[in-house]
Amino acid sequence: MAIIEQPPRQLELAPAGVVGPSQALGAYARPLRATGWRAWLFTVDHKKIGLMYGFTAFFFFIVGGVEALLIRLQLAQPNGNVLSADLYNQMFTMHATTMVFLFVMPMAAAFANYFVPLQIGARDVAFPRINAFGFWCFLFGGLFLYISPFTGGMADGGWFMYAPNSGPVFSPTNGIDFWVIALLITGIASLTSSINLITTVLNMRAPGMSLMKMPIFTWMVTVVQFLLLFAVPVITVALVLLNFQRLFDATFFDVEAGADPLLWQHLFWIFGHPEVYILILPSFGIVSEVLPVFSRKPLFGYPFVVFSGAAIGFMGWGVWAHHMFASGLGPISVAVFAATTMFIAVPTGVKIINWLATMWGGNLRFTAAMHFAVGLVVLFTIGGLSGVTHAIAPSDTQQTDTYYIVAHFHYVLFGGAVFGLFAGFFYWWPKMFGRLLNEAWGKVCFWVMVVGVNLTFGPMHIVGLQGQPRRMYLYPDDLGFSAWNLVETIGSFILAFGVLIFLVIAVMSFRGPRNAPLDPWDARSYEWMTTSPPKEHNFDAIPAVHSIDEFFHRKYEEDETTGELRKVATAEEILAEQEASADRHIHLPSPSYWPIVVAFGLPVIGLGLIYNFIVAGVGALITLVGLYGWTQEPSAHDPEDEDPSAGPSKELATVG
Amino acid sequence: MADTTIIHSPAEFVPEDEHHGVAHHTSTGLSNNKLAMWLFLGSECLLFGGLISTYMLYRGRTEGGPTPEEIFDIPFTSVSSFVLLMSSLTMVLAVANAKRGDIRRTRLWLVTTALLGATFVGGQVYEFTAFYREGLGFTTSLFGSSFYTLTGFHGMHVTVGIIMLLSLTFITQRGRITGDRAEVVEIVGLYWHFVDIVWIVIFTLVYLIPA
Repeated sequence: MAIIEQPPRQLELAPAGVVGPSQALGAYARPLRATGWRAWLFTVDHKKIGLMYGFTAFFFFIVGGVEALLIRLQLAQPNGNVLSADLYNQMFTMHATTMVFLFVMPMAAAFANYFVPLQIGARDVAFPRINAFGFWCFLFGGLFLYISPFTGGMADGGWFMYAPNSGPVFSPTNGIDFWVIALLITGIASLTSSINLITTVLNMRAPGMSLMKMPIFTWMVTVVQFLLLFAVPVITVALVLLNFQRLFDATFFDVEAGADPLLWQHLFWIFGHPEVYILILPSFGIVSEVLPVFSRKPLFGYPFVVFSGAAIGFMGWGVWAHHMFASGLGPISVAVFAATTMFIAVPTGVKIINWLATMWGGNLRFTAAMHFAVGLVVLFTIGGLSGVTHAIAPSDTQQTDTYYIVAHFHYVLFGGAVFGLFAGFFYWWPKMFGRLLNEAWGKVCFWVMVVGVNLTFGPMHIVGLQGQPRRMYLYPDDLGFSAWNLVETIGSFILAFGVLIFLVIAVMSFRGPRNAPLDPWDARSYEWMTTSPPKEHNFDAIPAVHSIDEFFHRKYEEDETTGELRKVATAEEILAEQEASADRHIHLPSPSYWPIVVAFGLPVIGLGLIYNFIVAGVGALITLVGLYGWTQEPSAHDPEDEDPSAGPSKELATVG
Repeated sequence: MADTTIIHSPAEFVPEDEHHGVAHHTSTGLSNNKLAMWLFLGSECLLFGGLISTYMLYRGRTEGGPTPEEIFDIPFTSVSSFVLLMSSLTMVLAVANAKRGDIRRTRLWLVTTALLGATFVGGQVYEFTAFYREGLGFTTSLFGSSFYTLTGFHGMHVTVGIIMLLSLTFITQRGRITGDRAEVVEIVGLYWHFVDIVWIVIFTLVYLIPA
């Protein structure tokens, strides 16, 4: 039996009754360190995994942002010469792929991982090791995508990668091969985490928390996980077919061989339109948390917000062909999809009305988080309105492939999804780190970004309607696009400056003391009923739930005669009460080596598929060994692996 | 020990694998593992949905190569389909015996199920070889590409199922499952039945209904 040092930190953090894991079935000893880089590499703690998702996603946000700035530099003047045509194609492809798959989705996954267990009173997710595996798949998939610049060229077919343009004839470099395999790997991350989070939400809620008492963010995340569960396999099929075409000479999308080019479009957009809601719904959830807190009112029409979210989830499957109006589907298909597209604006409009009614008559506090939340409501509505114009098929046919479309989806994605995520940063920063972000600079950051968004994407409506085509690396001077394009480029740099301000205040927050109050916003929901940052086991005792805004109702009581709210308890008192009745028996999952090993095998297999099947065999071997180790390991470690006499910093042996 | 004062909160953390022999309380009453398998199978429906749609679109596009009518050997495939369907029966017997706690019979039926599955995969390998000799390669035509992709994906799923069944036989022998044994068998059974049901759809659409 291996002898490993006692995990010192774990015992310090845990209350008296926390017991270590207790089964001796592993083929190998488990990693036990609670500090240092190993604590992150082998962690299965949903909070650490959430933070890793967040930091990685923000890194890719910067990468994708730099790509966007290069695009805007190229287009700043007519006949620009910053990028070649080929490089420009690669830039817009990678910008979109990075922002969608490596920033917005994983940043939402970061919030979901961190806050869903906290919001439902669980001590971790249902499958902690699969959770870690999902993160490593995302990271390795993202890095795999960015190997391609060093191997002859990045993917250059647009993020939708329309066939037959994505075939080997039109894109001879390996860029698209890297793109396909990277998306397959990040798809595994999305699929596993969706199964994991749905199971967690359905099975591990606190006593008394019925589905209709769940915090609204958790609800929206759950809808998103169902969308992922059913959308990911569809794009997997499309990617596998494209992969077989490019690597094994199949002809699935080769029109000369009799293939139907619409097959790719259908498969891609059956995934792609639910994907749009996968991107926006987490931000809707965040905003639905932030607005009630800073309006000091409960969320107006909670069931309507829940059901409109679920309705969006269902209807999102019936509108995909509105991305294909220009492809000659025939009048009946076009008419049907035009109608469904108009209908889906209804549940979205319901949400906007709910948010406005939440704020109406409320005691509004304009914090930085509130700024971003209100910013989302306004900017998303603008993007939503231009979206409805796309439902009018004849008009859409005119707008297809113009900057009008680019304007629309950047309003809903940047003004919507990204603003929601920033509201989440400001709102939950004290919960995650025990530190507040600078409020004054946060508001400056918000206004700079609002100006940036509107200067960058606003004029795109105009040049789009004037006919400027998207994905063209040049435009001549005499068409009247020049002035607006310069404005857009200036706007994009203002936007980048806003993101830079956020980075600075984020870094500055770590230089001060960890002094955020326990309940800085007078919050309403469950996750605030623990320390900031939360303990490793989240809650000393799982508080029972009686109402939607459980935390708020524990703090305030309604005076029976006047009907006014009276504060009856502080957050500190509620926490102290919980600590006094702490569970004596808390079982936490142990760290594991295997998730990162299994995930590491996947990009190796990918490299092998592209270059040499022997390498693929090596990758498969790594994954198989990892899977074997995984299955031979119980979810908790053996206390006999710990040597109580070992010093706190010496590791005597790791493998027995 | 403090064991006597353990407070079993209903929301106590439920470990990833049930190694404790105690059924933990969950909000739905379904165990995490079983719920996750159901969700995974829901996702798999869309995977096969996409592959089947691709095949249905392309099955008439033979590019001068062999057509489905020329190449399919319906009696042979019917027999191997029958074998696969019978494996669902033996799987049910394995689950029933696991629930009764009869480990010896459980293992017997698990191995039988795996053997029937292997027979089906063997039949598929034979069929692929025969089709290839008759001139239908993977890249011969869109029909060929989509046929091999769809049935190949299904064959891979059966193979993974066989590995699961044999692993289960192996670990029950070594007493490795200390949790709810019957449920683990049942969860593998869910996967196995799903793979069978998909084959019923594939057999009907690919082999029986003429293009």
